[in-house]
Amino acid sequence: MAERKPVKGVTIEKTEKLIAETLAEMPEKAAKKRAPHLGANEPTVSSCAVKSNKKVVPGVMSQRGCAYAGAKGVVWGPIRDMVHVSHGPIGCGVYSWGTRRNLMQGIPGVTSFPMDFTSDFQERDIVYGGDLKLEKLLKEADELFPLNKGMSILSECPVGLIGDDINAVAKKMESELDKLVVPCNCEGFRGVSQSLGHHISNDSIRDHIIGKFEFKEEAGPYDVALIGDYNIGGDVWAAKPILEEIGLNVKSVWTGDGEVEKIGATHSVKLNLIHCYRSMNYMCKVMEEKWNIPWLEYNFFGPTKIEESLRAIAACFDDKIKKNVEKVIKKYKPVMQEVIDEYRPRLDGKTAMLFVGGLRPRHTIGAYEDLGIQITGAGYEFAHQDDYDRTAPEMAKGTLIYDDVSEFELEKFVEELKPDLVGSGIKEKYVFQKAGIPFRQMHSWDYSGPYHGYEGFKVFARDIDMAINSPTWGLVKSPF
Amino acid sequence: MSAEAAAKFVTETPAEEIARVKEWINTEEYKEKNFARTALVVNPAHACQPLGAQMVATGFEGALPFVHGSQGCASYFRSTFSRHYREPAAATCDAMTEDGAVFGGQNNLFEGLENAYALYKPKMIPVYTTCMPEVIGDDLTAFIKNAKLQGHLPEEVLTPYANTPSFNGTHIHGYDAMLKSILQTLTEDQSIEGKCTGKLNIIPGFDGNVGNLREYKRICELMGIPYTMLADVSDVFDSGCDGEYKLYPGGTKIEDAAESINGKATISLQKYSSVTTMKWIETEYTGEKATLPMPFGIKKTDELILKLSEMFDKPVPEELKKERALAVDAMTDAHQYLHGRKFAVAGDPDYLIGIVSFLLEMGARPWHVLCSRATKKFKKEMDALLESSPFGEGCTTYINKDLWHMRSLLVTDPVDGIIGDTHAKWAARDAGIPLFRIGFPIIDRVNLHRSPVVGYTGAINMLTMIANKFLDIKDETCDDQWFEMMR
Repeated sequence: MAERKPVKGVTIEKTEKLIAETLAEMPEKAAKKRAPHLGANEPTVSSCAVKSNKKVVPGVMSQRGCAYAGAKGVVWGPIRDMVHVSHGPIGCGVYSWGTRRNLMQGIPGVTSFPMDFTSDFQERDIVYGGDLKLEKLLKEADELFPLNKGMSILSECPVGLIGDDINAVAKKMESELDKLVVPCNCEGFRGVSQSLGHHISNDSIRDHIIGKFEFKEEAGPYDVALIGDYNIGGDVWAAKPILEEIGLNVKSVWTGDGEVEKIGATHSVKLNLIHCYRSMNYMCKVMEEKWNIPWLEYNFFGPTKIEESLRAIAACFDDKIKKNVEKVIKKYKPVMQEVIDEYRPRLDGKTAMLFVGGLRPRHTIGAYEDLGIQITGAGYEFAHQDDYDRTAPEMAKGTLIYDDVSEFELEKFVEELKPDLVGSGIKEKYVFQKAGIPFRQMHSWDYSGPYHGYEGFKVFARDIDMAINSPTWGLVKSPF
Repeated sequence: MSAEAAAKFVTETPAEEIARVKEWINTEEYKEKNFARTALVVNPAHACQPLGAQMVATGFEGALPFVHGSQGCASYFRSTFSRHYREPAAATCDAMTEDGAVFGGQNNLFEGLENAYALYKPKMIPVYTTCMPEVIGDDLTAFIKNAKLQGHLPEEVLTPYANTPSFNGTHIHGYDAMLKSILQTLTEDQSIEGKCTGKLNIIPGFDGNVGNLREYKRICELMGIPYTMLADVSDVFDSGCDGEYKLYPGGTKIEDAAESINGKATISLQKYSSVTTMKWIETEYTGEKATLPMPFGIKKTDELILKLSEMFDKPVPEELKKERALAVDAMTDAHQYLHGRKFAVAGDPDYLIGIVSFLLEMGARPWHVLCSRATKKFKKEMDALLESSPFGEGCTTYINKDLWHMRSLLVTDPVDGIIGDTHAKWAARDAGIPLFRIGFPIIDRVNLHRSPVVGYTGAINMLTMIANKFLDIKDETCDDQWFEMMR
């Protein structure tokens, strides 16, 4: 991959100075802990020097969530035909109800369950344990929602602390109800971020779901699964048609608009295509080891990356697919050029800073670049070393990399680098908008989407243009 | 399924089975089953204690809310407020993890307080808890004392704290607990025998509508009553965009809150979210105290104004008399669009009392009134309110029932409109009934949190929203021959 062209005014020295100045304002202990998580990018080194996946430094105002959020919000919630029980007190289920934008088909309450199911723990449940209540509520849920294809039990903090055994309850109820019942010990205090929740959930899928189902139809040479696309703002619905257009047969989606039995039968596919590496690489590796299914990372943000990814996918298949891929690329080229011609003139030369979950900063860089926007800083809430290693080559030399950035740090960085756009989450959004800096929520696509695929790029380009060039920003400075 | 069991085929639910269940969940039979459940909660309309604590903690000048417990909780609270208000919602957290579960969270708290103070320079750090430290039994009193003794935080930084376990009560109870603690802390040694500030203390309660808070203040100003609003989030959760982000854009001034103990009078406008605070104020504060219903509609606004007039010996100003007349004018003019219409209402106890009162004044019927966590005392109060009007006849109060119960009610015994927060939109859509968004959170419409629903102004706003929606529906759905110029 060619090294990124340098960003005007960005040098390693300047970036390191900015980091040093920021750290100097922190208590010594906190600065020492935070220092390894901030760095100036070296695109050519084999391993990114920025450290990650460590505990949050208390009190700094981290933007991270918890293991439960990673399990319920990310992995389980999007599986549309299961009842997902937030097991514990009332809050977690309420806050994560409908706030991720993992859209789904189906009839709500009949065949799909975009709802909040909870055991609403009370003091007595903490004292006496919640296992019996859990048993009872699973029965009630199965009776009231009979077309569910299974139920997941997602533990909240108290469950693990009081020593409840949700695994035993799940096992018992699975045989009693003759339904899939999956325990997931994703208490929020486990690990350091959402990330462990993804991993625990992957393990639950490994132990309780994968291999338990088979497709009725015979396996074909073009069977693939789409892994780690959560259908935010309809992303799956923009990505899947492309794969189908090149002749692949998408047998299951993990987990956006997902169906649990199809997920459980994924071990028969020929190739796993993984979008969000951070949250789903674990199961790709399990399927590779156990069923010899290769996996391939792909990126459907922006035409450049779509083309690269389609060709990489084609390389895994025969000439038929290869030809189809070239046909599809040719078909959409003028369509994408039209989008670029419309928006690039207004965006060329702009800069953006990104801070999102575990994948999108590096994956969306290409789409910004297709529009002429350079990325001057990027970081993740819950990424690991392998994510940063994948990020470094996508960024220009000397640009800023920040892991689990605190509000204090991000404000300083943005103040200094003065990007034309910040792409991050809801908690960050209004901080920067108050300062008159255009912003897009990049977890939820800011209530828009899809951003994946050819259809998604049209929406992305429109949204980024709208954010940066809205005339409302011109009103911020008052004449008096 | 045991590991040895043979794999099952992927199934497709037959279309007729889907059709059957789709019909079935709308039946009386299903409703009965639904109401018979005792363990499962589906789509609740309430949140947990620390969320309410955070709202209070946000409402004081220079205060940085501090969550003692899991990091994820803090992010959930912040996101919830930011989505509702479309504003920043700063709060920090000491991010306890597994080792905290084993050894307790004292070290996290020490480090957290030290960093929060150094980075964000707050005047006050209100601390409240999540489930985790509550289950393991962290001793906040000792921890915070130790933090100061050991130099992690300067002695002068105010650190009120409240235990706010999520497995007990709801967000309104967390509001109550945190408010009491902050007032206890700020008013300590401030009580001066014989001193009176001449001011009114107002407790708005857990209210996501900053327009309401401003309406209370405006009424006081019209009446010439000096006031201190306690936990005043209006300028924090509704600040302007002028090119500069301010971490502490407003809130009750610390010194005003401190001298609130010597006030002339104290009023709480949300009974259920200020029970323990008002009990404490009753014994500690000088002056007259009163807990009034939220001033929804005419009579409850009258009640507030009369009380203020009496407490401060001030006549009701002409402006307010005129506003009252204007609101009544609007209500008499538009009564025909609401009279006899049935409503389902879901929300927090104090909001419910207010909304139901307004509906009854309009001759509307609050047919299903639902509170997903409330006491029998509340039910009794609501039932008495319904019984006080002929329009309450046949209406039912449901407590400790959720929005999935409400769905059953809506499809088996339909109404004309639903009043509730955004969460009610699913049931509203299923039942094909319009939802009027009043309450917290509203995360799918803009600016409703800025438009007051209390006071005479609020009555006009609510009436406008509801009547015009009914008229829109008529225009959008009527056959051509019934489509006409005037409505």
